[in-house]
Amino acid sequence: MTTLEIKGLRVGVETDSGMTEILKGVDLTVNSNETHAIMGPNGSGKSTLAYSIAGHPKYTILGGSVTLDGVDILEMSVDERARAGLFLAMQYPVEVPGVSVANFLRTAATAIRGEAPKLREWVGEMKAAMTSLNIDPAFGERSVNEGFSGGEKKRHEILQLELLKPKIAILDETDSGLDIDALRIVSEGVNRVKETSDVGILLITHYTRILRYIKPDFVHVFAKGRIVEEGGPELAERLEEKGYADYVNA
Amino acid sequence: MTLLQTNYLEPTGREERWRFTPLKRLGGLHLKETKVTSNPSVIFRGTKQASFSITTVPSAELPPQSESDDAIVTRVRENVTDVTYLEIGKDQEVDSPILLGRSNLGSAEVARTVIRAKSHSKAVVILESTGSAILGEEIEIILEPGSNLTFIALQEWSNDAIHLGRHHAIVGRDASFTSITVSIGGSLVRLLPSVAYDGPGGSAEMQGIYFATSGQHLEHRVFVDHNVENAKSRVNYKGALAGSEARTVWFGDVYIRKNAEGTDTYEMNRNLLLTDGARADSVPNLEIETGEIVGAGHASTTGRFDDEHLFYLMSRGIDEADARRLVIRGFFAEVIHQIPAESIRERLTERIDGELARLGR
Repeated sequence: MTTLEIKGLRVGVETDSGMTEILKGVDLTVNSNETHAIMGPNGSGKSTLAYSIAGHPKYTILGGSVTLDGVDILEMSVDERARAGLFLAMQYPVEVPGVSVANFLRTAATAIRGEAPKLREWVGEMKAAMTSLNIDPAFGERSVNEGFSGGEKKRHEILQLELLKPKIAILDETDSGLDIDALRIVSEGVNRVKETSDVGILLITHYTRILRYIKPDFVHVFAKGRIVEEGGPELAERLEEKGYADYVNA
Repeated sequence: MTLLQTNYLEPTGREERWRFTPLKRLGGLHLKETKVTSNPSVIFRGTKQASFSITTVPSAELPPQSESDDAIVTRVRENVTDVTYLEIGKDQEVDSPILLGRSNLGSAEVARTVIRAKSHSKAVVILESTGSAILGEEIEIILEPGSNLTFIALQEWSNDAIHLGRHHAIVGRDASFTSITVSIGGSLVRLLPSVAYDGPGGSAEMQGIYFATSGQHLEHRVFVDHNVENAKSRVNYKGALAGSEARTVWFGDVYIRKNAEGTDTYEMNRNLLLTDGARADSVPNLEIETGEIVGAGHASTTGRFDDEHLFYLMSRGIDEADARRLVIRGFFAEVIHQIPAESIRERLTERIDGELARLGR
């Protein structure tokens, strides 16, 4: 049982006019085997929350804490956080020219697992994960995210989720830019990971459609840098009907 | 050695073409007072085959095949007595790379090498340079009609070596030339990879990588002379620099003459600055005398390490040192992967990794 606990988290970014606070006190707890959806309008700070937890250098922690099973992760480097069991599926995965997907995945798996996976088993594991995500095996020879379509990038993120088996996974707008078929494939991948592990999921999205495939246990509405309402799956249905206007104009 | 009449003019450092080069670090190669020794030091490191021959011939029997007004080349031509001559036979296809090398040369040596690919032959020639040296050289590569030659020059010198050279290819009708220039070692390396054409339909692909660490000066001056119609050229050089006083200079001159209709050319140089204190100069230059061309373009970028690359890799648990290594390997991979010898690809990658590790971040 793993617990990600976010308490009073305040985060800012440096802008031309000085430090601008984006997260204004976020409290959220994600346990193993739970799926939390964070929904909110554009610019509400959802992605900032995701990147701050992962440790992107652009964001400055102004206050509060984030712990994984009681251990302060804000003191950790980006790679230490990943090895501690955190995973961030990015909205805009970065292209890394010249680094092949196969090499990248094996290097990452080696780092996360603490030892290099046995080559034969690894090849089988990778192939199986690729097949279930409808990824062409030739994909392994391509440079990481370079020239990938939007859907390929997202499937590549979920491929990593399947192979790296984190304790807590943050999916940042994994549904954006996906057509209905790609959304289904990606969602099935996430659900497979949920079924085969105890992963706790923090699913960040603007739209409700991904929640038809990945069922949340809790829904949190995010606006103006904090959580403004919380509830069960029924809250998502209400948002589907009424949108975010109530929260944005509040 | 006979004393020759010389018109040789010592560079002063004020000339445009020497402006970026620290003359004090040339080991005196450019000075008349320095006695230079002729040494056809390039030796064959493989098994002889009937499809090609390597001999040493008197310089007088194999005069230079092209013009050059480079000061060092002038010195080389005036002082070389014997020339290394590699000939790939007509219609011959050499199935494995022809491996040439030289290691630990004496001080202030000059050398000339001529490589001739006879018509419709096909070969890969790899020249390895290791150890210490103070070397001035000229390599001329003649591609007869329809031939296909890949010339790979690996500067893996130890870090006290001084190497100034011109690698000039003359590409015949419908011939195809590829050069891959890798400069990692050496205190000062200054190479002039150049191409001219001897008939229409030829193509030249010139690629290079260089990696300069503290105290190294690596200079590449590429020149493509589009002197015939319907020829093609592609130039792609990539460099990385790390450590204070790491210095690289890249010039890419492409000259499209009035008669060179149908020319298709593109040149690119990318530099990656890994630390503060390093300096990369990059000067692409296109001179066009006819508008009747297929295309001509150039691009040059010099940038810092991309933190987003590091973040992405590290967010998957990969530590910073490994992440940097992956990104830099990736940066060079485009060129290194084209070397058709796995052991050499691995050796170059190891050397680059080793130099990165020594930076002691």
